[in-house]
Amino acid sequence: MSGAAIVMMVFAMLVLWGGLGLAIYNLVYRSAAPEEEYPREL
Amino acid sequence: MSSAGSAAVPEHDEAHRGSFSSRRVFILAAVGSAVGLGNIWRFPYVAYENGGGTFILPYLVALLTAGLPFLLLDYALGHKYRGSAPLTFARMFRRSEGVGWWQVGICAVIAIYYAAVVAWALSYTFFSVNQSWGDDPEGFLFGEYLRAGDLGVSASLVPGVVIPLAVVWLVVLVIMALGVQKGIGATAVVFIPLLLVVFGFLVVRALFLPGAMTGLDALFSPNWSALTQTSVWAAAFGQIFFSLSVGFGIMITYSSYVAKKTDMTGSALVVGFSNSSFELLAGVGVFAVLGFLAQASAVRVDEVVTEGLGLAFVAFPAIINEAPAGALIGLLFFGSLLLAGLTSLVSVMEVVISAFRDKFELTRVRATLFVGVPAAVVSLLFFSTTSGVYVLDIVDYFINRFGILLAAVVSMLVVAWVARALPGLTRHMNLTGSIRLGRWWSVLVAVVIPVMLGFVLVREFLAVVQAPYGDYPSWMLWLFGWGVVIGVVVFAALASRIKWRPATSLTVGEEER
Repeated sequence: MSGAAIVMMVFAMLVLWGGLGLAIYNLVYRSAAPEEEYPREL
Repeated sequence: MSSAGSAAVPEHDEAHRGSFSSRRVFILAAVGSAVGLGNIWRFPYVAYENGGGTFILPYLVALLTAGLPFLLLDYALGHKYRGSAPLTFARMFRRSEGVGWWQVGICAVIAIYYAAVVAWALSYTFFSVNQSWGDDPEGFLFGEYLRAGDLGVSASLVPGVVIPLAVVWLVVLVIMALGVQKGIGATAVVFIPLLLVVFGFLVVRALFLPGAMTGLDALFSPNWSALTQTSVWAAAFGQIFFSLSVGFGIMITYSSYVAKKTDMTGSALVVGFSNSSFELLAGVGVFAVLGFLAQASAVRVDEVVTEGLGLAFVAFPAIINEAPAGALIGLLFFGSLLLAGLTSLVSVMEVVISAFRDKFELTRVRATLFVGVPAAVVSLLFFSTTSGVYVLDIVDYFINRFGILLAAVVSMLVVAWVARALPGLTRHMNLTGSIRLGRWWSVLVAVVIPVMLGFVLVREFLAVVQAPYGDYPSWMLWLFGWGVVIGVVVFAALASRIKWRPATSLTVGEEER
């Protein structure tokens, strides 16, 4: 692989997979709304 | 139309419709809907054709300025008005109910042909074991398996397609009949982690094939001049739009099954980035494998690059023939297609079933039978015949562009400019959302996204006007292309004239205005 291709691949991974990691962190640790459990199936 | 209820959602209404048991289940179901066949067989090709590594920049812009804001719009609509697409639109603005039915009609059409592709994936999962396609995968697909005849419509059934298609419909209808949590939710909870594991194995295996790095080099090598081409930006917005399952009722329906205090903005970020993360993973896996094929065939990567049915059912079998432990690669690849396709098919069917349940106050099982059995019969009649692949190709092309895309643009304009519902939706999302929506979101939804998607739509329209799609006779394009597109609009207009049952409240969500 060329150096430019490696850089772009790493950039894409950092942005998208890193973005997913931040989104999950935000939802789990920063969200004020509770993780509600609904016991019913309807 | 009736508006007999109170402003809040009556408890019996919520209980009657069903709900996801938790935010986690909802997110998995939404990811299951978004991650479909297009993630695996479309994104890698689109990225490669539109700048390679550079494509990530317009793709990211499209995700942040169109994909996520549109996803938030669907979530806001469903979560605030708590109904299927027609009920949600009716509650937002009485005369916009037809937009919801338009989305329902589109989903019905998609489900009918999408099931056929899932059935092919099911067949090929088994074919992978002994490489039934032999040395000529293309000849096997169109000859021995699909038995594609002359262009036209045929009533001649192909037993090899009828059986897996019937199995797919049986599985889907059982899932639908089981309900929101035990059916859709449970399927997502099992299938999505399984899909990740199976596809992850495939990617790891692919990366160790000889030539894999050549394939990745082809995918990620940047072409900076692509950033100046409008077609590249249009491709990025089109890819994000089609990939996220936004604009045709799925996310409205799913978010109506979520608890009221759920953080919908935070959930949307997770779903949106999950979908794009999987696409990137698919790009790595697919191009690693294509690199191997190019090396094995002693040709350049650009000579083996393809997408869609050609990638899945022609290129991959050729790769499986050549690769060490090819049967394993086949099982992993077609198993992934099957899992991704099934969860997406379930979500598309739920839009239709949910709408009929809401409109006619049907039980889930009755609605499943009322909607699902006719859909399965039509699917079997049209797509398990020797002409099925042609009809599928035409319907898919037209309903995606002039159904989904057009309906999405219209729905945004209706929400933003006719119903003027964006301020209320913003307040609703900010009640429990971890990411605050502000004026920026309204501008994106009311102006930027309609303009961008409108641009993509006009390009597609001009393309099909200048050169009719494929080599099909014009009567087939009119009947299965424009005819289906127009038929869905007529269906929507008629369905929206049917009165709601007296027990159905049309004032839900108004208390927050």
